[in-house]
Amino acid sequence: MRLGLVIDLDTCVGCHACATACKEWNTSSITAPLTDYEPYGKEPSGVWFNRVRHYEIGDYPNNKTINFPMSCMHCENAECVTVCPTGASYKRPEDGIVLIDQDKCMGCNYCSWACPYGARELDRVSGTMKKCTLCVDRIYDETLPEEERQPACVLACPAHARLFGDLDDPESVTSRAVRNRGGYPLMPELNYNPTNQYLPPRTRPAISTSDLPRGSLARKVKEWVNRVIER
Amino acid sequence: MNPSLAVIFLTLFSGAGFGLMAMVAVVNDFAIDGALSPLRTAILVALALLLVTMGMVSSTAHLANPKNAWRAFTRWRTSWLAREGVFAVLFYPLAIAYLGWVFFMNNDRDGVALLLGNVTALVGLVTIFCQGMIYACLRTIRQWHTPLVPANFYALGLAAGMTVLATSRLLAHRHDLAMVSIACSLLVAAAVMKAIYYFWIGAPSGTTLQTATGFTGGRVRLLDQGHTFGTFLTHEFSNCIGPRRALRFKIAVYVLGFLAPIAILLAAAHAAIGLAVLLAPLLAFIGIGLERYLFFVEAQHVVNLYHGRMPGPLPQMHPALRATAENKAPAGKRRLVPSYDER
Repeated sequence: MRLGLVIDLDTCVGCHACATACKEWNTSSITAPLTDYEPYGKEPSGVWFNRVRHYEIGDYPNNKTINFPMSCMHCENAECVTVCPTGASYKRPEDGIVLIDQDKCMGCNYCSWACPYGARELDRVSGTMKKCTLCVDRIYDETLPEEERQPACVLACPAHARLFGDLDDPESVTSRAVRNRGGYPLMPELNYNPTNQYLPPRTRPAISTSDLPRGSLARKVKEWVNRVIER
Repeated sequence: MNPSLAVIFLTLFSGAGFGLMAMVAVVNDFAIDGALSPLRTAILVALALLLVTMGMVSSTAHLANPKNAWRAFTRWRTSWLAREGVFAVLFYPLAIAYLGWVFFMNNDRDGVALLLGNVTALVGLVTIFCQGMIYACLRTIRQWHTPLVPANFYALGLAAGMTVLATSRLLAHRHDLAMVSIACSLLVAAAVMKAIYYFWIGAPSGTTLQTATGFTGGRVRLLDQGHTFGTFLTHEFSNCIGPRRALRFKIAVYVLGFLAPIAILLAAAHAAIGLAVLLAPLLAFIGIGLERYLFFVEAQHVVNLYHGRMPGPLPQMHPALRATAENKAPAGKRRLVPSYDER
């Protein structure tokens, strides 16, 4: 089993709901708390597992804004785990989730250097590294109704831009989305083999303006009067 | 990368300490300049131990949770950082045994002393290799992901160690040229190695914001980082240095780290300059310390791409954002995100 997320860049509206839902759930979850520094001060900062960035693709007029949520990719080839000297970072063989044992981490930052996706953040208060757990305490919680056994970010997304599933199972919702929409991994050349995949925006034909109905006679007179009066 | 003083001191001092130990072993092996006296060997090995200890102690200052530092030896099968720890700890009993043997038997030329000295030196050299591989194994940082990094750690460690050894020789009023010439040639070799590195890291990298976001068809620009202030990522990875400032640093590295020590050692070999010869290792350490600082600030982690910050200062950022980022920075301090610590 290889659990992961598939993120639809076509429908993501960049509302940061996934990031805040993640923060809310995980600040009292297994690696709690996600410390905030000066949350009400002039320069608020803190630990987040999920960050949304915004990019502009192409040049005007053929440009598009892309909202880009990023969290741990739960890589197959997770270098953050290989470089960890203490054994605090580990990848679960049964479902591929990469986790950090908070009792073993010595806060050397080395795993964050090895991660190309910026998924790991040091909590300066606890002195340990923290990262996305794929809500491991939600997805296996049998006291929750089955449809709620998903990461908090997936449940919170109002645009259904986040899918959660087993990417090893060819018929899972995530695998089907990747197959049908041409899902891709980030920075494939680094060979980390990330589990999370991104769905590119759909290409749509440009909305034509030439076939708009022509204005009525009354409208034309109105427009002419407006032009004349403005002079 | 954030130039952490603790890590700079770790690689600077422990590298010089292991280099000094290796050169003591080489000088005694080949009886260069009649070899060192047992007392002198003992003093130099103690100095090497002091340097290594200074490095190791300062490295713990870099840990956010040092109470778990003892666990850092457990994952030596996969982690170069753990391997460095294992070999650095192995160095101590060997070096102390060598020191004790030489000091109490008052003999550094018998078989046991030579064997202990060489094994200790070898363990030190392996530790330098592990230290270099800590950086060289990271595919995320192109400036570090090169075999030149451990090679440079060797060259600089041996050159610094030999500078210390030659200085101790000159302080003992032995105006012989053998030690000085070895020190000078190691310094020249290290300078050339470093120059190769500086040329090499000028090459462009294969990873761009296009491959990082998957939009390889068109230009990709950052519109918004998504956070109002700095994060761990901007604190740890966003440090960068302009090419002109970097050049000034490189000139300082070459003048202080290589040219000045060579000139002082040569002057001391030919004329009595007394204690001024101590300036040679001092300047070499300052120069190599600056080199280590540059090694960190010139390294650009690929995560900076997502913040629109690679290569060089602010190139792939949206023009509108770039203007505000540059204007907002206070005079004399060009930083996109104010330091995480100064808040």
